[in-house]
Amino acid sequence: MKRPIRLRPPLSDEDVERLKIGDRVLISGIIYTGRDAAHKRLFDLLKEGKELPFDLKGQIIYYVGPTPAKPGQVFGSAGPTTSYRMDAYSPALIEKGLKGMIGKGMRSDAVKEAMKRFKAVYFAATGGAGALLAKRVKKAEVVAYEDLGPEAIRRLEVEDLPVIVINDVHGNDLYIEGEKKYRTSPQSPPYQGGD
Amino acid sequence: MREVDVALITETVKELCISANTDLGEDVIEAIDQAIEKEESPLGIDILNELKENAQIAKQEKVPICQDTGFAVVFVELGQDIHLVGGDLSEAIHEGVRQGYREGYLRKSLCHPFTRANTGDNTPAIIHMELVPGDKIKIVVAPKGGGSENMSRVTMLTPSEGVEGVKRYIVQRVKESGSNPCPPTIIGVGIGGTLEKAAFLAKKSLLRPLGSKNPDPELMKLEQEILSEINKLGIGPQGLGGRTTSLAVHILMMPCHIASLPLAVNIQCHAQRHKEAII
Repeated sequence: MKRPIRLRPPLSDEDVERLKIGDRVLISGIIYTGRDAAHKRLFDLLKEGKELPFDLKGQIIYYVGPTPAKPGQVFGSAGPTTSYRMDAYSPALIEKGLKGMIGKGMRSDAVKEAMKRFKAVYFAATGGAGALLAKRVKKAEVVAYEDLGPEAIRRLEVEDLPVIVINDVHGNDLYIEGEKKYRTSPQSPPYQGGD
Repeated sequence: MREVDVALITETVKELCISANTDLGEDVIEAIDQAIEKEESPLGIDILNELKENAQIAKQEKVPICQDTGFAVVFVELGQDIHLVGGDLSEAIHEGVRQGYREGYLRKSLCHPFTRANTGDNTPAIIHMELVPGDKIKIVVAPKGGGSENMSRVTMLTPSEGVEGVKRYIVQRVKESGSNPCPPTIIGVGIGGTLEKAAFLAKKSLLRPLGSKNPDPELMKLEQEILSEINKLGIGPQGLGGRTTSLAVHILMMPCHIASLPLAVNIQCHAQRHKEAII
């Protein structure tokens, strides 16, 4: 198996262009956290033409709402949350220079299109591996929206945070390709009843 | 008549909230081990091993398995020969959740549906109370994460769709959920009853230990057939492709109205957490 690629934000166009779906990546350095409520606030600021609480250029946002840190712990359990809820906001952030997103689960066509157009990638961290991922966080501080509690935006210093490339800038999607590769049942007709 | 002080219930619920969130059951670990044997995708095997390592860290360091420590769903089987003293039973349970989520450093994940303002203490709990014969109280705390709950559905099939319709709907639901509910998942199914009863049965079916057989031979066969279809989908661990999309399908069934065929699918992520105590 291929050795993992090491990345340290801020990322350039060249950094993300060489990433391909299925690549294992270890991220070290600074990343930011943000999920539902924080995304809405960032999006609203952009809409009003106001400045964001941190510069998005070349940065990575991790969709996570950690548990409170126990005494002696740097950061609480910190696995990814499901990403589709951020789909409405992500294209605008990507256009502003966001280069990477870490979450889990499928993205919308609009997000994939924005990733291709403005050169950004989508990574998955292992959903539910919160205790393991927390150990890769070396430092954490709230940079905005403290009132949101677990949803506040935090600046994290991470070391070897393990992620996998799901969507690359070439328009490929590991969720689609992976399923295709291992699928053994015929395409069942979609359910026709009410729902 | 046996007297039980509700303070004891608060204490029990508190402990169960913490242990359920930090100590993954051996049945889940065993199911993951079996999945590793069968998995063909190298990335899938890596993920399954990562989940085992994560469970080990959580147990050793007494930290949450997953950051989504969930909605506290509490099942109470209350012996009818018990006389409760010292206060309101429901409030005692809410207080147990409040204390458990605070003292266990668990995430408070509940909010107002519209303003999204956090309730601050992970209350209210969802309490399912049942009166049973005897003088014991059984309490099960089953924290339920939002990601997999969001992929769950209740539907009212027409009776003519029958068992084939049920199978098709469940497999399609798992397919459409893809990587979102953190596969490998456990699929809780409730068939029959009314709308809310079907949903309750689906949730309750998740409490059965992984690897155990359904006592009803007809349902046991149905569970195996559906699981086999699900694992042909190719979704795999975390949706990255592979053989292990679900670890198990659990079904509970009861009679329904002559006009309906209610069906609920409650998807549970691999962190199938629940702990019980008997008072």
